[in-house]
Amino acid sequence: MFGTQSRTAGPLPAAARWARPRRRRRRLAPGKRIPYGRLLGPAALLGLWSLGSATHLIDPSLVSAPWSVVATAGTLIARGELQSDFLVSARRALLGLGFGVVTGTGLAVVAGLNRVGDAVVDGAMQVKRSIPALALIPLMILWLGIGETMKIVTIALFVLVPVYINTYAALTSIDSRYVELAEVVGLNRWQFIRRVVVPGALPGWFTGLRLGVTGSWLALIVVEQINAESGIGYMMFQAQQYGQISVILVGLAVYGLFGFVTDSVVRLIERRALAWRRTLAG
Amino acid sequence: MAANAGRLTSPADGSRSVRVTGLVRRFGPRTVLDGLDLEIEAGEFVALLGHSGSGKSTLLRALAELDYDAEGSGVLRTPPSLSMVFQDSRLLPWLHVLDNVVLGMRAAGDLGRAALAEVGLEGRERAWPNQLSGGEQQRAALARSLVREPQLLLADEPFGALDALTRIRMQRLLRELCERHRPAVLLVTHDVDEAVVLADRVVVLQHGRAALDVPIGLPQPRSPRDGDFQRYRDRLLAALGVTADGFPRPN
Repeated sequence: MFGTQSRTAGPLPAAARWARPRRRRRRLAPGKRIPYGRLLGPAALLGLWSLGSATHLIDPSLVSAPWSVVATAGTLIARGELQSDFLVSARRALLGLGFGVVTGTGLAVVAGLNRVGDAVVDGAMQVKRSIPALALIPLMILWLGIGETMKIVTIALFVLVPVYINTYAALTSIDSRYVELAEVVGLNRWQFIRRVVVPGALPGWFTGLRLGVTGSWLALIVVEQINAESGIGYMMFQAQQYGQISVILVGLAVYGLFGFVTDSVVRLIERRALAWRRTLAG
Repeated sequence: MAANAGRLTSPADGSRSVRVTGLVRRFGPRTVLDGLDLEIEAGEFVALLGHSGSGKSTLLRALAELDYDAEGSGVLRTPPSLSMVFQDSRLLPWLHVLDNVVLGMRAAGDLGRAALAEVGLEGRERAWPNQLSGGEQQRAALARSLVREPQLLLADEPFGALDALTRIRMQRLLRELCERHRPAVLLVTHDVDEAVVLADRVVVLQHGRAALDVPIGLPQPRSPRDGDFQRYRDRLLAALGVTADGFPRPN
């Protein structure tokens, strides 16, 4: 067999070859992944914040110290408020995300695989895309009231756009050579979708999903400021009225943490599902 | 479709041969194939030579029914089962090598493994296509074509993108595989030597017709150093408008 290819670069004089360190890094790629590297930035910020609070450089009436935020969180958890508000928020975000991803993907599949669907759906979606989803809130309130339905629908409408756009782009850019191959090996429509279309569009779908996940939290924050009676946003809104800075910071931390965790989970799934790709991110 | 073409015993099996009569293919104002006639017997290995734009690929695509965007007329008869090898390996990057080989086949894992072993890729079943070298990818593509036991194998410059050494090995492999499975083969190539090494018959396309049809009466394995080999090569090169020293003939 002749499968192994030599990876030595160009002819080098013997001396130069000795002088080189044994392990060379790829020159133009970003290099090796740092273990838990994604925690470095947040940790540095937290460090600065602690330092600023401890040295009284940060006014506690504007930003509470990290430890008082932790203490407040402890109290809120002990009273059971944080958990119940978090569960309400998480339910809204996840339901909105779920509906948004399903509709966005469905519409993209209809538009991407069918000329009639393309004509009908894509034009409408491009119009929808240019209306900010949050601008629809007044209309949603009139139609659906101020309850959970309005909140979930608004989040879904917000999530739908990036999922649709990225999935549609991925579907329509599937290499026509693969379509030709599918015809030559005699795939039927279902096999073609399962073997070529879905895996080919998956990278784009994941990009849309990640934007959608972040978007769902973003939309959640907005809808929870509107006549909510529960949820993290409601908790923060109440705290604002009583000037409880540390409660607001707890709310922000919860939003941030869960945005970060959900995004990490999606990235992990993405890395598994797209193992066939060798990209710069490696 | 016959499930398994197997080894061919009767050379005059009409249904397994290829018959092209008066084939015309036009792309807009340009007539690429202009009344082409061609026959390939079952199990026969035909190489198709010609300049760029002489209609080689158009003919192949017509045989594979991939030319829906072309106008034309003529009669095409092909065996019910055919496979195609492209210039690029065209493996789906998201399927393991084995899944690529048996793409669209049902419960064919063992057949696929056997086909991979046949092309020297045993043990690479679970590799991703982009972990293979160019030559290995093209072997996998050959395995994908042959595991279907086609009665007609169409190959569109399958070794065009490979380096010279890999190319020679792949030519040998293709010849061996074809001798074992006996499909009718139509190999499009730019390489006169490749045509003479591999084919039972070489057809030169010119102005959309078969300008020359030369049976190669040399025993296998063939060597380009052989005197008869060189006579075939010179004749084919002359038909392509190139003299033995590489300069165009003054007309």
